[in-house]
Amino acid sequence: MAYEMVIGLEVHTELATKTKIFCSCPTQFGGEPNTHVCEVCSGMPGTLPVLNKKVVEYAIRTGLATHCNITRLNKFDRKNYFYPDLPKAYQISQLYLPICTEGYVELTGGKKIRIKEIHMEEDAGKLLHDATPDGTLADYNRCGVPLLEIVSEPDFRSAEEVVDYIEKLRAILQFTGVSDCKMQEGSLRADINLSVREKGSDTLGVRTEMKNMNSLRAIARAINSEFERQAEILEDGGKVIQETRRWDDAKGESSGMRSKEDAQDYKYFPEPDLPPIVITDEQIEAIRAQMPELPEDKKRRYMEELGLPEYDTGILTGSVALVELFETVSELCGDAKTTSNFIMGDVMRLLKDAGKQPEEMDFDPAALATLIKLLNGKKISRQTARKVFEKVFSDHIDPEQYIKENKLEIVTDTGAIKPVVEKVIAANEKSVNEYKGGKTQALQYLIGQCMRELRGQAPAQEVTKMLRELLDN
Amino acid sequence: MKISDELIRYLESLARIELTDEQRAACETDLQSILSYIDTLNELDTDSVQPLSHAFDVSNVMREDEIKNGNNRDAILANAPHELDGCFKVPKTVD
Repeated sequence: MAYEMVIGLEVHTELATKTKIFCSCPTQFGGEPNTHVCEVCSGMPGTLPVLNKKVVEYAIRTGLATHCNITRLNKFDRKNYFYPDLPKAYQISQLYLPICTEGYVELTGGKKIRIKEIHMEEDAGKLLHDATPDGTLADYNRCGVPLLEIVSEPDFRSAEEVVDYIEKLRAILQFTGVSDCKMQEGSLRADINLSVREKGSDTLGVRTEMKNMNSLRAIARAINSEFERQAEILEDGGKVIQETRRWDDAKGESSGMRSKEDAQDYKYFPEPDLPPIVITDEQIEAIRAQMPELPEDKKRRYMEELGLPEYDTGILTGSVALVELFETVSELCGDAKTTSNFIMGDVMRLLKDAGKQPEEMDFDPAALATLIKLLNGKKISRQTARKVFEKVFSDHIDPEQYIKENKLEIVTDTGAIKPVVEKVIAANEKSVNEYKGGKTQALQYLIGQCMRELRGQAPAQEVTKMLRELLDN
Repeated sequence: MKISDELIRYLESLARIELTDEQRAACETDLQSILSYIDTLNELDTDSVQPLSHAFDVSNVMREDEIKNGNNRDAILANAPHELDGCFKVPKTVD
């Protein structure tokens, strides 16, 4: 029987505000335990939360960038639970009136993934379970860091769609300046709700949830493994149990987490410590007017105005770092097409080899622009440009100085080529005679010898012409 | 709504408390009476009334995104019953 997977995603993203959502503590990642903590975010009795303006602004930006409706009358709700990652014993979130509703994100190829809602909430602290044998340690630096939870409809049918969506969403969040989306620091994480049904059916099967996935590779693997697991159960006539499962990426398998004795009951109620937030049309329009160019608009512009291929524009606009690099370098060197080709080829390859994300690039874009200018001015060969760029990428060398020191410039001066060719002819009498006797392959050998003498830094065409002239006369 | 013994026990587990049989019986009576009072309120027709979202008629109380708090670790940990390595230490939890 043919099965298909049905997936809905909850993406949590930490906002790039300076301070926490309800107090003036810094949000900076890392730091010694409990050094970014005050009486509010540690849940001391009698303290009151005050909402950070920027959180509302960032939530609206995200909503506008994902084509959502913006809720005019907002309020917060309390989600109650006992777990030491939240010292208040409740999380302030939005259940009844989330700030954004009914939007979408468009995937490569045009499929739209509907967004059900986006709500504002606070992050929980970090628990260290293995630091000491007789207890758990709580670090509340992250407690109260603002989060947006972006909830999709169950519109995904493959792991590829999920990965594409997260990449698109990440680009949107980065371009709007809402989040840095460093998955390795947990500032973007996804909960995956997955069920399996017969292909073509329109009812939903029983779903499982995998929480806090924070690498795209792990997400894709976890989805495919969970699909197979559920399909196998159904194929054997069994029933999938609704549960939260933990993905072990090292083992490549998931396991059911011990089900809680009672189903979760969060006893939501309106948050009495925070008055409602009223958002006006003027406010929304003011934020809309300040929105930076979004990835999908950039992509269209690159294709229409710069004539770049669709595939390339998709890669370039997938990351703020690549867009910044592309725009800076093409502005400096005046050649968007070559810049794009260089990024698509050399930059992407070096990133991949180094296992780095585009955000981790640290070379000077001006150095790349210089190389492209030298290449376009036929001062260096494509091969030299590539080799020197590797040094720029890893060792931050100055390309012009490096080229000069290593004599990598193309020898275009025929005066400089001629003595080399004469030297090769004199030293290779045998090949010269073979050539003169009609063996044309001998010429290839002589060209090779000349190019070696010139360290490849001369146009082969010139060398060939010169050789022929000297030999044929 | 009928307050059953089962419901009382469920509420106990949600609130992480344990009542004696006597307290449980008292709780049952009290909650029953509270809920029947709520039922009286439910007789009112509120279809045209906006739900109250806050007790005071205020909205948009917000602050600027400026860091004002420094490192208060010693003060924050001063009342911790147990601490270790700058962290609050709590009974072992397995999630």
